[in-house]
Amino acid sequence: MKFIDEFRDPALAKKLVQQIRSEVTEAEKRTAAPLKHPIQLMEFCGGHTHAIFRFGLRELLKGKVALHSGPGCPVCVTAAKDLDQAIALAKVPDVILTTFGDMVRVPGSQGTLQDARADGADVRIVYSALDALTIAQQNPERPVIFLGVGFETTAPTIAATVIQAEERALSNFSVLSLHKLTPPAMQAILNAGEVALDGIIGPGHVSAVIGSEAWDFLPQDYGISCAVSGFEPLDMLGAIAALVHAIITGTPAVINTYARSVRPEGNIIAQQIMGRVFEIGTAHWRGFGPIPASGLQFRDAFAHRNAAELFPVEVKESKEPPGCRCGEVLRGVILPTECPLFGKVCTPRSPVGPCMVSAEGACAAYFKYGETDYE
Amino acid sequence: MSDRILLAHGSGGVLSHELIRDVFARHFDNSILNAMNDAALLPDIGTGQLAFTTDSYVVQPLFFPGGDIGELAICGTVNDLAVAGAQPRYLSSGFILEEGLSLETLERVVCSMAETAHTAGVQIVTGDTKVVNHGAADGLFINTAGIGVVPPGLKLGPQYLQPGDVILINGTVGDHGLAVMLQREGLAFDSPLESDTAPLNKLISTLLEAVPGKVHCMRDATRGGLATVLNEWTAAGIGIEIEETQVPVKEAVNAACEFLGLDPLYAANEGKVVIAIDRDAAETALATLQSHPLGTEAAIIGKVTGEHIGRVVLHTPYGARRIISMLTGAQLPRIC
Amino acid sequence: MCLAIPTQIKSIGQDQIATVVLGGVERKISLIMTPEAQIGDYVLIHTGYAIALMDPEEAAASLAAFAELAEIQEELGFSG
Repeated sequence: MKFIDEFRDPALAKKLVQQIRSEVTEAEKRTAAPLKHPIQLMEFCGGHTHAIFRFGLRELLKGKVALHSGPGCPVCVTAAKDLDQAIALAKVPDVILTTFGDMVRVPGSQGTLQDARADGADVRIVYSALDALTIAQQNPERPVIFLGVGFETTAPTIAATVIQAEERALSNFSVLSLHKLTPPAMQAILNAGEVALDGIIGPGHVSAVIGSEAWDFLPQDYGISCAVSGFEPLDMLGAIAALVHAIITGTPAVINTYARSVRPEGNIIAQQIMGRVFEIGTAHWRGFGPIPASGLQFRDAFAHRNAAELFPVEVKESKEPPGCRCGEVLRGVILPTECPLFGKVCTPRSPVGPCMVSAEGACAAYFKYGETDYE
Repeated sequence: MSDRILLAHGSGGVLSHELIRDVFARHFDNSILNAMNDAALLPDIGTGQLAFTTDSYVVQPLFFPGGDIGELAICGTVNDLAVAGAQPRYLSSGFILEEGLSLETLERVVCSMAETAHTAGVQIVTGDTKVVNHGAADGLFINTAGIGVVPPGLKLGPQYLQPGDVILINGTVGDHGLAVMLQREGLAFDSPLESDTAPLNKLISTLLEAVPGKVHCMRDATRGGLATVLNEWTAAGIGIEIEETQVPVKEAVNAACEFLGLDPLYAANEGKVVIAIDRDAAETALATLQSHPLGTEAAIIGKVTGEHIGRVVLHTPYGARRIISMLTGAQLPRIC
Repeated sequence: MCLAIPTQIKSIGQDQIATVVLGGVERKISLIMTPEAQIGDYVLIHTGYAIALMDPEEAAASLAAFAELAEIQEELGFSG
């Protein structure tokens, strides 16, 4: 598979691991002011968390580079109240609620979409928002709601689908927009100052849309390097090697190690499509609370596509499950294994918090791949 | 005869008799079934231990690339017997039909069952049909139960797994799971993938003859895939190591998994057997499997170890390890 | 987050809907965000939409840069 297999070469990967380890070791010997042990990086993106475990990178870099998972899992950061609203929409008579497979197992304050389906709601999994549009076309007498979750990667695809619904005059198609923007969340983490980070592995597919330049504020405002990375082992190791080098040499910068997909300015057309349908507003993040200018809401011209307005449902204020520390996990403050519920009360089979549900949730990844406990 | 299934087809009256005569008995044709007793009277099965199993089949769509629900209903039960070391002999088949099902669809399924039973060398000797109201079932459900005979002295099971045992599989993983998933409504993919549905009893008996007394445990890797079988084995107080690069996976399965964010190790198979065998017989076993049409892509994928008891550890090509745990719930296509 | 994969464009039909292929698996996707993409090009697909046109020269440059990093290590003779 072109553009994939070349970036999985084991021999080159092993050399890169050695390069990263030896550069850190040499720096440790050389500097009078001791280097932090190990170098602290955050992979913002849940896809990176998943790849790190899948390819076993954490173990290979142990002692030299520590990797913290960030809030980059749109499923995990969906607030319980927003999910409750989606579940309530699914229960509106005649509604077909369409969503990505990731969402159906995520617990709101009372149950999941999967539970709603078991109770008779018509909840359908699609691969693309376009497939939801097809369902709307096939069921003209029924309202079809798409549960719009995701970051800047996904939001333009949903905006494009909304525009196509207009063009095809499909009046029964609407969207619950829970989309979120990533740079404000990154700022929230750094402003909180709860984690001492040396560098950031930037989200590759978000950056394909918003551009690597969107991260310039990291070196400029915070003095922290960011390497925009792809998702194959060589991509991730190349990004980590570049970050380690920038950190050791004290030259903070945005480094684009995923230039085959990411341009400095991103995908302008995607940005325009997103901007035509949505405007920026406050969004509620699980683990953070409300973050200003971090969400996407329908513009007035598209109010008739806004499921939240078309189907007003009453949703109570919801509390996070007692004892759940997903918030701290999402902010990179604690490792999943430091949560007292992890692996005991909270497992993928009976998840308490969202980080245990999504395949890219940090807790699920730690549980699935059994972090370092091989004995 | 109506071209659709009516509630009356399950009433025990004339329509029921016509259905049995014109569809089931005509295709399953054998002397035990044709006696039409309330219970099938089986001939003396000779020496050996009886093995008995049952399974129900509710797959959607009913017809998928490389197979259908009928073929699956025979293979699943035949394979459950075969991996226990039994030679499958007799099957029952229970049908739950949804009112309105086309008779042509039913007949296609029944023909497929008859053909597969013939290939596997088993007879369908008893059966039952019920019809439920439209909407109370999804077209057609099948239950099959099967009886087989384990030759005297053959001992197989996780309790016989030994550190040092070599683990083999008879071919590529995930073919069935992905072939079926890509056909589902809402996904709309085209692929060359076909289900691997196949009766494994002849492959397995060939293997058992080639390396007598050497096979310690076998399991067919159906729902939950290879990862689930290996995890179940570790409950017997052993550890398992797998080499990621040795596990055979078709390119299209890998590609489909990349599209949908799935893991082929957890995807279902319907014609794959995982075998744990004494180390000194591994090469002979591999050659035996590879010389059979259902094992051309067989491979040695790992070994049983006395370390990390209770865990399956996969060695990545990057010199790292990761734990392969049990799957909790169905694999769903994901975007993130 | 944001599962996306590079696939090759096999054909382009009406309304910027294209058929892409990866390892023999095909799907119809929208090229609305990468209108410059041609048959034979590789595009990055996310939930049924192409979100970026893959740049083969940049891919080669990244691989060369990774190899260069690895060579530095070899020249210095570190043993990890």
